[in-house]
Amino acid sequence: MDTNFLVVGVGGQGTILAGDILAEVGMAGGFDAKKSDILGLAIRSGSVVSHIRWGREVHSPMSMLGQVDYLLAFEPLESLRMVEYLKPDSTVIVNDYPIPPVAVTTGQSAYPSREQIDGMLSAASGRYFNINVTERAIRLGNVKVVNIMLLGALSGLLELPVSVWETTIEKYVPSKLLKVNTRAFQAGRELLN
Amino acid sequence: MKEILSGNEAIARGAYEAGIEIAAGYPGTPSSEIIKTIAQKYGNDIYTEWSTNEKVAMDAGAGAAYSGRRTLVTTKQVGMNVLSDSLMYAVYTGMEAGLVVVTADDPGMFSSQNEQDNRWYARLAKIPLLEPGDSQEAKDYVILAIKLSEEFDTPILIRTVMRTSHSKSVVTIGSRPNGKAEIGPFKRDPAKYNCTASNARKMHPRVEQRIKEIREYADGLSINRIEWRDRSLGFITGGVLYHYLLDVFPGASILKLGMTYPLPETLIREFAGGVEQLVVLEELDPVIEEQVKAMGIEVRGKDIFPPCFELLPDEIKRYTRDAGLLKETVPPRKEKSGKAEKLPELPIRSPVFCAGCPHRSTFYLLKKMKLPVAGDIGCYNLGTLPPFEAQHTMGAMGASVGVLHGMSLAELPENRVCTIGDSTFFHSGMAPLVNMVHNGSRGVVILMDNSVTAMTGHQDHPGVDWAVIEERPAKRVDLEAVVRAIGVEKVEVVDAFKIKEVEERLKDCLDFDGPSVLITRGECIFVSRNPQGPYHVDLEKCIACHMCFRVGCPAIGQSTEKNPKNNKYKSHIDPTLCIGCDVCRQVCPTGAITPPGKSKGKE
Repeated sequence: MDTNFLVVGVGGQGTILAGDILAEVGMAGGFDAKKSDILGLAIRSGSVVSHIRWGREVHSPMSMLGQVDYLLAFEPLESLRMVEYLKPDSTVIVNDYPIPPVAVTTGQSAYPSREQIDGMLSAASGRYFNINVTERAIRLGNVKVVNIMLLGALSGLLELPVSVWETTIEKYVPSKLLKVNTRAFQAGRELLN
Repeated sequence: MKEILSGNEAIARGAYEAGIEIAAGYPGTPSSEIIKTIAQKYGNDIYTEWSTNEKVAMDAGAGAAYSGRRTLVTTKQVGMNVLSDSLMYAVYTGMEAGLVVVTADDPGMFSSQNEQDNRWYARLAKIPLLEPGDSQEAKDYVILAIKLSEEFDTPILIRTVMRTSHSKSVVTIGSRPNGKAEIGPFKRDPAKYNCTASNARKMHPRVEQRIKEIREYADGLSINRIEWRDRSLGFITGGVLYHYLLDVFPGASILKLGMTYPLPETLIREFAGGVEQLVVLEELDPVIEEQVKAMGIEVRGKDIFPPCFELLPDEIKRYTRDAGLLKETVPPRKEKSGKAEKLPELPIRSPVFCAGCPHRSTFYLLKKMKLPVAGDIGCYNLGTLPPFEAQHTMGAMGASVGVLHGMSLAELPENRVCTIGDSTFFHSGMAPLVNMVHNGSRGVVILMDNSVTAMTGHQDHPGVDWAVIEERPAKRVDLEAVVRAIGVEKVEVVDAFKIKEVEERLKDCLDFDGPSVLITRGECIFVSRNPQGPYHVDLEKCIACHMCFRVGCPAIGQSTEKNPKNNKYKSHIDPTLCIGCDVCRQVCPTGAITPPGKSKGKE
């Protein structure tokens, strides 16, 4: 049985790295794993989407609509774009740190209300968490560790041994930032309790 | 050993395992990570460079392969138009060592100005085309391409699409052949390497004979294979589409083509004869379909699938269901609660200039001055989007300068400018500037010098003092000196972060009767070694006039406090995004925006 993930956010938030780690964790955990990114212009504060799939044998690197088990959203608006991908019993983890796009700050369109976001995501998923991770990352001393903290939260819901996560994170984050990332990962594991 | 690699990383690994010694290209999404990965991981064994443009890279590749070193040349799909001039002679000559060209195509146009299908180039050039579908194949096909290149004495084209280049999958790692190639003195063989017409007349029949031999070889090539399943429906496909198909039609028979030109005719006939209904699944043009039809075989394709955009698994489902091929009916999406929230119209999130981008001030001014702007390719094309809407044409690398010249020839009733980045100028902006000078043009070339090839992921270009990786020193070519040497008499250089100065110098240039160049200089935030702390908004001074919104900075948004006089929200600067470029401070009429540590006001 495949496990399908979506990691979404705004260019510059560290979603790509989170997805890379998630894909490698799948491989290190004994699965076939694939990942698909949109890079290039999308990194300039645009929407960023990564598909990650684990399974015995994964074919397409992208999930189809209605196939996604876990949505990890670094930004609330970006999570809403993905609801059609969600399985009814899926899990959604959203970083409650809205980044209004320029279309919103310049008054051309409105950012969805918290009620709309909550309504959409709880209707479309089985489990829905919405937590301000950015604020916690800043308290840890580095806003950039949002990605590792979110992975920590996700890891608590999956069955792979925590050592697989820790080894992979160590491989991917710069060594001088390992300490703060390790703390972020541990803080993330407590996040959904 | 296994690693999880992107298609581009796997091509780099393939170059290493194939014994390639030289790799050159020009950056372009989705191809850029190939050269970068080679430089970072295999730089001790493989020389890499970002050449000035794709044609220069191809010529360098040809020269290296003529000299006996295995060579890789990389490009994005539109770069192939630039490269192809030089590919065509290498097709006639062949080489002393393997030569592989990788084109990374962009169905869906995630970061390209068109959706051209570069499989045609293989047919045009009459060279083999390999299309990997995942990272393992991406690696394996580079090794195979070198083998074929040397066996048949021809360049080989490998085509990826964005989804193969930027998807990651598991790859089994192999090893590199030992040692450097032993090369002798340059082979003086003009009959083989000089395409003068009398020689070329002998070369062309050899090219035709060669592709005929490869066509026969393709039938026995293991990367072309039939997977028999249910015989009522059979698909011919290749590349990443094969993997999509396995998800959508796990029961269908598939002829999986690894080499998509020349086609294996015997294998296709066997497959067509073994299935009741035959369909070609290919993105973009009916390249395979038309060739299969030319064999006299009945086949469906573009009557089912459109010629535009990607064919992702969901699209394959939709089109094959419409065509009656997919029997599965979709269960209506079940919502947990009966009354699911209706999805509101979501605001779009277009890419914007980064906080701290040196291009912002120029586009702020171009909008204000209402000038017609011939644009070019790079991050500055974001000046096309709101709030600037100040780049009015864009079509190809370097085109802005020539288009500006054409506007001058047309004797427009208004003054006009073009915008071109430093890397794009070196790529193909110099020749049209020479043309402007020689032919007495008038107009301002705004040369936006941010010290890097930014949009494609921050590669070097001739105007910087490093090459491929920052630690590798290189000779810097002086942009201003080049412009002056070309003969431009009016050249101004200005700090891109100082709006007033940019405006004054731009007006000077506009007044000049002849071609002029305004170099707006400011480092891309990704290479700047000197980011400042975040600015902030003094809410006591902010009158919510929203002038600062006009600089289109992602760090500037609304605060929660309103100005009661106009009932608008005052501004707020996100401290996690602002790097203190100072541009918004210069447009604020009340002095409400202040650098770090300079305000006592609360925010």
